[in-house]
Amino acid sequence: MVEVRLNVNGTAAVVDVEPRVSLLDALRERLELTGTKKGCNQGACGACTVLADGRRIVSCLALAVQYDGREITTIEGVTHPLQRAFARHDGFQCGYCTSGQICSAIGMLAEHKEGTASAVTDHVEESPELSEDEIRERMSGNLCRCGAYNGIVDAIDEVAHGASHGASHGEKEPAA
Amino acid sequence: MRDFGYLAAPDVATAVREIRPGAKFLGGGTNLVDLMREGIETPDTVIDISGLPLTGIDELPDGTVRIGALVRNSDLAAHPVLRARFPVLAQAVLMGASGQLRNMATVGGNLLQRTRCPYFYDGTLPCNKREPGSGCAALGGFNRMHAILGASEHCIATHPSDLCVALAALDAVVVVESVRGVRRIPLTGFHRLPGDTPHVETVLEADELITAVEVPPAPVAVNSRYRKVRDRASYAFALVSVAAALRVTGGRVEEVRLALGGVAARPWRATAAERALTGAPATEAEFRRAADEELAAATPRRDNGFKVELAARTITATLLRLATEGSPA
Repeated sequence: MVEVRLNVNGTAAVVDVEPRVSLLDALRERLELTGTKKGCNQGACGACTVLADGRRIVSCLALAVQYDGREITTIEGVTHPLQRAFARHDGFQCGYCTSGQICSAIGMLAEHKEGTASAVTDHVEESPELSEDEIRERMSGNLCRCGAYNGIVDAIDEVAHGASHGASHGEKEPAA
Repeated sequence: MRDFGYLAAPDVATAVREIRPGAKFLGGGTNLVDLMREGIETPDTVIDISGLPLTGIDELPDGTVRIGALVRNSDLAAHPVLRARFPVLAQAVLMGASGQLRNMATVGGNLLQRTRCPYFYDGTLPCNKREPGSGCAALGGFNRMHAILGASEHCIATHPSDLCVALAALDAVVVVESVRGVRRIPLTGFHRLPGDTPHVETVLEADELITAVEVPPAPVAVNSRYRKVRDRASYAFALVSVAAALRVTGGRVEEVRLALGGVAARPWRATAAERALTGAPATEAEFRRAADEELAAATPRRDNGFKVELAARTITATLLRLATEGSPA
């Protein structure tokens, strides 16, 4: 067993784990922070996304021992306009991917703010505006089996640009 | 996952002293942890190198850019010098994996990725890479994703890296260290073709640690691009990818760099096409002719014949764009 000291959502936490225990399992099974979800458990779906020192990672491929001394933010530690925006735009159906989507979007917005390009940026030297294409590309590591992508993109777009921006995919109009 | 001993290496000297058969270096974990969970990699000891000070990106006096082995993919892609001088490199990285994985995955680990051949991952079927001598299920199986160049009757797997394709085009050099000292290996000679030992994937010795990748100066790379064709618009491995750099003077190709991904067990430097193009008119017809020359050696299997035409068209389109647009912004 190895003693791992984490700072999770601003609180110091110590867990004794075998080296093979993932950060995801340490959070869920030892610290009882079950907001972070286990989906594929192989780094493909993004449901387990958390922030490590502010950067988004998939916690299923992270061994807890490798994150000794790091600051981890899970959905339990998040208060962000994205949460209301997801609700407003129906950015989910079953909700299983949502905590990962929101942690990922927080990390993604920070990356964009730093001026990073993406795979759909025309020239990699540019720091592009966060268009719908850019949002979709930058969020492609988070799968939603319910297919709520249009709502997810709208929610992120609203938080990035304000409510008046862009074409909505279906924000509900008040009933006539 | 089988349990294992864990050592966090405090410095390179300790890491290379402690490595031995049965032990594995662990960087970002995005490939190794997955393979360990699948029972394909079963180290008895993991030497965690993620805390080593190999995270710098430095311009050396001669213009070479030295990229530390533990630079995360996202930091590589965001680096202003690389974006300006070697756009193909930053672009290739951004076209691989996802934002989360790029924040974890390292340069050294990227070089050592194992194949994504589904038969390699399926412990119930034969695979010469996973279990030498057991056979190759892909040969007679569903092999649409597999190699068309440099394969053998023992293995037709491809190397999954995008970064390596760009590094191959840029004549990058892999710096490795062991208790015996430091040596430098050209990236194009780093990965081995399968032959009859597909489980031996690189020329790296078992006790060697990758410490850096060096990219020598290449003014041609200012006008370079990475184009990746895949089954999904994002977050998928390449069917075919092309790393290209081009300088045209007076309507003729003065210098060209070309490498292919998704077609072989190693990033495929297209030397035949480069030879055919150098000095030739920079026209679509010449680009296509050079692509065909490179692909003349292709040996497609039952399901992947489409890759030959796809590669030819992707090479042609990428070079044409570089020729007509010139340098990116």
